[in-house]
Order: sequence, then structure tokens, then C-alpha cells
Amino acid sequence: MEIQEKITFEEELDHSFLDEIKEESFSDEISRCIQCGTCSSSCPMVTYMDYPPRKIIAMVKHGFKDEVLKSFTPWLCASCYSCQVRCPMDIKITDIMYTLKRKAIEEKVYPSKLPVPALAQEMHKLIAKNGRNSELWVVVNMYLRLKNPFGPLKMTSTGLNLMKTGRLSIKKEKIKNKKQLRALLKAVTEEAK
Amino acid sequence: MKDYIYYPGCSLKAGSKHYEESILPVFKELGMPLDEMEDWNCCGATAYFSVEETMAAAICGRNLSLAEKVGKDILAPCAGCYLTMKKSNHFLKSDHEKAQKILDDLKNVGCEYKGSIKVVHPLEYLTKVFGLDKIKEKVQRKLAGLKVACYYGCQLVRPYTDFDDPDYPMSLDNLMEVTGAEPVDYSAKTRCCGGSLAGTMEDVGTSLNYVLLKEAKKKDADAIVTICPLCQFNLEINQDKIVKRYKDDVKMPILYFSQVLGLALGIPKEDLGFSRSIISLKPMWEKLTNGGAK
Repeated sequence: MEIQEKITFEEELDHSFLDEIKEESFSDEISRCIQCGTCSSSCPMVTYMDYPPRKIIAMVKHGFKDEVLKSFTPWLCASCYSCQVRCPMDIKITDIMYTLKRKAIEEKVYPSKLPVPALAQEMHKLIAKNGRNSELWVVVNMYLRLKNPFGPLKMTSTGLNLMKTGRLSIKKEKIKNKKQLRALLKAVTEEAK
Repeated sequence: MKDYIYYPGCSLKAGSKHYEESILPVFKELGMPLDEMEDWNCCGATAYFSVEETMAAAICGRNLSLAEKVGKDILAPCAGCYLTMKKSNHFLKSDHEKAQKILDDLKNVGCEYKGSIKVVHPLEYLTKVFGLDKIKEKVQRKLAGLKVACYYGCQLVRPYTDFDDPDYPMSLDNLMEVTGAEPVDYSAKTRCCGGSLAGTMEDVGTSLNYVLLKEAKKKDADAIVTICPLCQFNLEINQDKIVKRYKDDVKMPILYFSQVLGLALGIPKEDLGFSRSIISLKPMWEKLTNGGAK
């Protein structure tokens, strides 16, 4: 076991982090958090997380940028919105988790070995290319990205069951007007003049 | 009354064909045959929003604009598509400057969107617009003897709560009652199935879905009825692994609400995609014949 210092000193914190997250998630409410823990107790995924949602919110508020962006927590959010509808201070917790995921990708500090961000990015690529997602191909691409040849083996029974019931499609779905979609994606990523 | 255009989304064309195979005949039987949106693109689901928010809202904007061109509201049977497009719709209609920029870009590529479209789930349409009374009149065959656990999952009832209650919704239970089936008091009805995480992390798939199956079994349900392709998939595909891991026989059929409704409307079961069930439906059919017909 590696022994590490567990304390983060005041000068290591990033005090502009809260404002960044507020702006990008369109929510000022985060400052109102009273640390009641309703979010953590509502979360179906909390038992898998390294920091529960309540702690993530506290850490965002106080500038623990590095810890928050490297955390698994945002990637383990299943988007069930239980925390968000129950929060007594109306904090859009699920939306904040999305902002944290994007921020972590942007700053290249996300847990790259985790299948979740790999799936998100492969799906994004497939849609940008074809306009549609193809269930089988997005999974294949994800395992290629993770360089994990054993991943697909675990899914053999799933694949066989789907095949037996005619639910496994190997077709790459595409839209007709790909040109339009690509022009749109290009336009929205360009800065406003 | 405004018409609806059918937005299948990617799942209903692949692993969840039986959702499409049952929703289309049901709407036809109710006198409202559905046309599929021309050249629709993927909604982006939760994954796209995790990577790029502006692009995610923009691709939904293209679908909204396609619906606006034909002057019809969007009918989206997948809870993921439903929420993603509903959320993007709210954002694009807001006065945020980023939304304005996306609307301008949409216009420049020939996808102008003025903001006149609503995104509706078929369950919402049937229970709130079409009306249960009218469905009752069309029921040909009461599904007496069939006990169902109505599972709503997350994204149909949260974060937007304008359709039904976020914790204990009843619209699907009420619809099932009209078919003659008996909805059980299913307290796990809005607990999460894990969504796409169930596919990427096996432990999540088995542990979250075990709770859902166990609760339905405890309440003596013959099947779980779902309204979302991903919920249906997660609940069904993990059953062998769950039985093995927990040494508990919680196996049961996972159906789409449209399959059950179709049966009650008198559509032959061969035309409702039941053959795509991975779990054996035999006990359910037996129960239905004994309890239903006299």
C-alpha cells in the first residue's frame, strides 16, 4: 500500500472552479447546497462511487477541481434524475454531472480505462459520421478503443440470445442527408462571430 | 387535434424491434396509423450530452425541425429519445444565447426551427390525450388473470414531472387496468435499471435489476411491463446471470406495454412481436387462457 498525504491545502484549490461549473451547467443554485444528503441517499449508483454526490457538490463549491474531475462519480451517474427531483434546494445535480463529464474530457483527466467515457465518445463519433447509432457497432468500437479483447467474450450469451430472437442487427444505420448533419455539427462548433 | 409523427430512435430498429412491432399495430387499431419521420437522426441519448452539449442539442434540433416541416408533434416511444428531445426542445426555446446560436446554425443548413413542436411519449398520449374511456370501448379481450408489475423507469417521469408523479406514477397502472390485467402494487416502479451502465458494468446490470425482478416476484407478478427499450433490455438480458449470482429464481417475462395493450385490443399475438422474448412466455399464456376465456 502506498502512503500518501491526504490533505489538500488551501493554495492548491481552484477557486474559479465553482463559477466555471455554474456557467456551464446553467445553474446558480449549487451555492445553495445545505449538505442534507438527499442526493446521496436517492442515488442508485452511490455504492459504486468514490465520492457520493453530496461530497461532489461540496467539493465543487470549495474548489477541489482536480479531485472532482478525476473522480469516477460523474461517469457512474445513470441519469436517473432521482437526486435532481428530490433536492430541496432545486440544484440540477444530474446536469452538473454532465458538465463535469464534459469538463473532464476537455481537460483530458477522465478515467480513460473506464468503459463509460469510451462508450460516450464512440457513440458521439458514430453519430457524427452516420447520423445514427448502431447498437452492435458502438459496443465493438468501445472495446477496440479500450484495447480489451476479453470484453466481447463476456457478452457472448447476450449476443446469442439476441441472435436467436432476431434482435441482433449488423447493419450500420445511416441517414440520407449526412451532408446536412455534418454542416450543422461544423457550424455549431465554430465560435459565434 | 394535432397529428403525431413517429420517431422510432435507434433501439426500435435493432434490439427492440418488438416495441415497434407492437406500437405500430396498436396505433393503427386505435384509428391513428403512424408515419415514420423522414430521415430522422439519432437523438444522441445521454452519451452525446456527456461529450458535447451544443452538438447534442443541435442534432435534436434537426429532428424537431423535421417534425415542424410536416406540422406534427413527435411521438417517441423510447424514454431516452423522449427525454433527450424534450430537454433539447426546452433549451432551444429558452432565451439563452447559446440556444439562439444553434437556432441560427440550424436555419443556415436548411433546418429552421421555430419552436412549435411538442415531444410526447405514447403512454402520455394514450392516457392524457386519447383517453382511457375510448380505449376501454375498443378492448376486445379482457386479460383477466394476468398480474403485471408496471415499470416506468426514470426518464419518462424525471426530471420533468408534468406528465406523472416522479416517484409513484400511475398512468401505466391505469392503462393496464383497462386491459383487464391486474397491476400489482410495485414499489420499485421508478427505481433505476442502470441505463447504459448496466451494459458497460456487469455488476451494475445484475445488482440493480435483481432488486426490480425480486420486488415483482414478491408481489406475485406474472410479467413486468415496460415503456422503454433500455429498461426492457436490462431487465431481460441479465436474468440468467442474476439467477446464478443470487441463487434466486426471479425469472419472468419483460413485456412492452404496447404488446399487452395490443392483445387486449384483439390483435393476434403473432403480430405483436412476442416471439422476440428471450424468456419463455408459456406460463403466462397458460395463465391467460385459464383466467381469461370462459
